[in-house]
Amino acid sequence: MEALNVIFSVAFLAAVLRVSTPLILPALGGLISELGGVINIALEGIMLVAACTGVLVSVWTQSAWLGALAGVAMGTFVALVLAFFHLNLKADLILAAIALNLLASGGTIFVVYLVTGDKSSTSRLVSGQMPFLSDFIPGVRALGEIGRLLDQNVLTYAAFVLTAVVALFLYRTRTGMHLRAVGENPEAARSVGINVRRMQYLALVLSGVLAALGGVYLSMGYVKFFARDMTGGRGFIALAAIYLGARKPLGVLIAALVFGAAEALSIQLGNLRVPTQLVQIIPYFATLAALVIYAVVQRQRALARQRAFVQSRAAR
Amino acid sequence: MPSPLLVPMSQNTPYIVEMRDISKVYPNGVRANDHVTFAVRPREIHALVGENGAGKSTLMKILYGMERPSSGQIFVRGKPVSIHSPHEAIALGIGMVHQNFMLVPSFTIAENVVLGAEPVRRRLLDYKAAVAITRQLSAQYGLEVDPEAPVEAVPVGMRQRVEILKALYRGADVLILDEPTAVLTPQETHELFTAIRQLVQSGKTVIFISHKLREVKEISDRVSVMRNARLVDTVDTAAVTEEQLARMMVGREVFLHVDKAPLRRGEPVLQVRSLEYVTEAGVETLKGVSFNVHEGEILGVAGVEGNGQTELVEVIAGLRPATAGQVLLCGQDITNASPRQVRQAGVAHIPEDRLTNGAALSMSIAENLIVDRYERPPFTRGGLLQPTAIKENAEWLIEQFAIRAPDGDVPVGSLSGGNMQKVVLARELSAQPKLLIAAQPTRGVDIGASEFIYEQLVRARDNGVAVLLVSADLSEVLSLADRILVMKDGQITAVFDNTPSLTEEEIGYYMLGVKRMSAEAIAARA
Ligand SMILES: Nc1ncnc2c1ncn2[C@@H]1O[C@H](COP(=O)(O)OP(=O)(O)OP(=O)(O)O)[C@@H](O)[C@H]1O
Ligand SMILES: [Mg+2]
Repeated sequence: MEALNVIFSVAFLAAVLRVSTPLILPALGGLISELGGVINIALEGIMLVAACTGVLVSVWTQSAWLGALAGVAMGTFVALVLAFFHLNLKADLILAAIALNLLASGGTIFVVYLVTGDKSSTSRLVSGQMPFLSDFIPGVRALGEIGRLLDQNVLTYAAFVLTAVVALFLYRTRTGMHLRAVGENPEAARSVGINVRRMQYLALVLSGVLAALGGVYLSMGYVKFFARDMTGGRGFIALAAIYLGARKPLGVLIAALVFGAAEALSIQLGNLRVPTQLVQIIPYFATLAALVIYAVVQRQRALARQRAFVQSRAAR
Repeated sequence: MPSPLLVPMSQNTPYIVEMRDISKVYPNGVRANDHVTFAVRPREIHALVGENGAGKSTLMKILYGMERPSSGQIFVRGKPVSIHSPHEAIALGIGMVHQNFMLVPSFTIAENVVLGAEPVRRRLLDYKAAVAITRQLSAQYGLEVDPEAPVEAVPVGMRQRVEILKALYRGADVLILDEPTAVLTPQETHELFTAIRQLVQSGKTVIFISHKLREVKEISDRVSVMRNARLVDTVDTAAVTEEQLARMMVGREVFLHVDKAPLRRGEPVLQVRSLEYVTEAGVETLKGVSFNVHEGEILGVAGVEGNGQTELVEVIAGLRPATAGQVLLCGQDITNASPRQVRQAGVAHIPEDRLTNGAALSMSIAENLIVDRYERPPFTRGGLLQPTAIKENAEWLIEQFAIRAPDGDVPVGSLSGGNMQKVVLARELSAQPKLLIAAQPTRGVDIGASEFIYEQLVRARDNGVAVLLVSADLSEVLSLADRILVMKDGQITAVFDNTPSLTEEEIGYYMLGVKRMSAEAIAARA
């Protein structure tokens, strides 16, 4: 009962938005790369690098915005490296991405150690945080529950706006159309004069920018420090959201929100008397369950259509 | 779109396109074109014929900027040009429809037509304009398409029209059609020819590649014949017969008639009982089909394509699940068995779309030739593959089937279109099956190879194999089959014994649904 009260509260909704942001952003990035035919498995690593860079640069410059900018730049650079390895040097896309993920995991904590002498996090440093709505409009705080819901980080708002922007880009611009054509049939794209490699560079770079925004949010919005492996698999859950969202921007947004809700639930239940180990598996279990249900439903639908047809014929 | 036709022709040449002394050696050492000189007059329909691997596609890819010639010169409207990319070819007014289509399946027809040169409004895609453009071009040239349908949902004939519209939208004056009829039904071919004539009427020039000499005679003004990477001759179509063309292509006499031993029909091998199939989208494509194929007979399935033949074959082969009904092989129930179980039960299958479903294009010929039997001796012993046996098998089949390839190690994808087909044919015909399913077996292969395939099918029959032949080519069915079954709208509408008195017209009535046998008559003969 307690649990239900938690779920149907405004505070819970606010929490869902908070924890979904670092899923929505990389998932949108992953979507672009997937549609361009160069699925970016390095989302996780890019997020980590961006999160770490953002914190350190914000400490150094005393500016959250400069930190965020540096984080995004660094994340994008990692995506460029991946693109270069795959598209120029013909390295296997998946292997190169796995290498980058491992490198990001070890590399970020190595840099943090060099700077702070601490091998687990930057919590001893005072780092910047991206502004919340209340930093622009102080009045929202006075609105009580609704105010708490609206008082989200700029990057949370950005995630929703970017969903629309990505949809517009993919389906209403020439470049977006070329990108999708390249992903689906590169030979056909090439035969009408589209530069396949350039499109795939673009797809990977854009996925890098979006994943990096997700990383920056984690360390400079959600919390105010960088911690070892703080992405905790979000880059991979984002990948699952792409397919669960049927490879469409709106679908991906919804899928990311569903995973976000599962995570928010696990956080809330953590405050109640439920074993933490059980609670912690909720987001991962939800991911798995969602994918299984999706596949089963698809199958059932096809079978039902066939059965309905045969029956209607038997009736005639 | 500015039409390059407005560019004046230089006066001193009668040709719109002239390729002089073109040679092409592929990086793997294959000499595909050997000092070829090929010239096309404006507003003519110029056929290009030759055996599989003769170098036709290569020559055209050079003209379209997809391959670079090793030597030689190209003139367009009398001016020397060098064409480095399809982009440059398009700018010169040259368009090409490839042997394998270059379309994006999930995009609509309008999107495919404008892809790469999309209309925009306020910097965003103008989809309405794309649809309007497609409608307008479609009406202007009599190439009927549904602009808003996704390409993956439309039949292959329409896909081809999309390819032609694509080239026209880009302002092509010279249209290269690489084996456009290989995938078309006779009806669709007829429509295509009407469209081609209309294109020429409106000032276009068409280069037409085909293996079907009857079509070449019907549609073209002049013919160029290639053999072994060389251009043998260019002649006026009216001045040659099909036989003469065949001799020029192959270098010997070709006979497409079939000698069969008298029918020795044995036990039923394949028994199909009330088979039904409903697609995932809920379309019913097989509505209670029942028939037998016996040892030692060829059962031909005739019908306008798209009346359930493809689904019938794929359900039997285990590639699609039957919705209801039974498939028995020598009494053993193989309904909805996996393709592998079906094969192990003794079924060989030459699929209709061999390039997609018949071969792994990036793997070698040798590997493709053993994919259905690699786990058995002599190819595997003690759990290990036997490279020598695999290699010998490849060499033997390459020789037997006259596959034009340097050796068994080259990837199937680097072969010419017709030779890719032969790899699949070689594998299936050498499987020593009880039941051989041959779907459109001579589609896209040259006449020399067709002759050979006919011999092989008949030999299998004479050795007691049950052969199920599905073909859109009526003359092929009539010359090979012992019994003929006609399919229309997912049902069997007639079954004939193939007697000399049976004519194409008679079968045609049943194919089009004008006539229909009674259920009892069908049941008695099927
Ligand atoms: N990309 C390639 N790399 C290497 N060799 C090739 C390549 N494309 C074609 N070839 C070889 O060049 C020769 C000519 O091929 P081409 O495709 O021009 O034949 P074709 O006349 O079009 O035959 P078909 O009627 O079978 O389509 C063949 O021997 C083929 O194996
Ligand atoms: Mg060819």
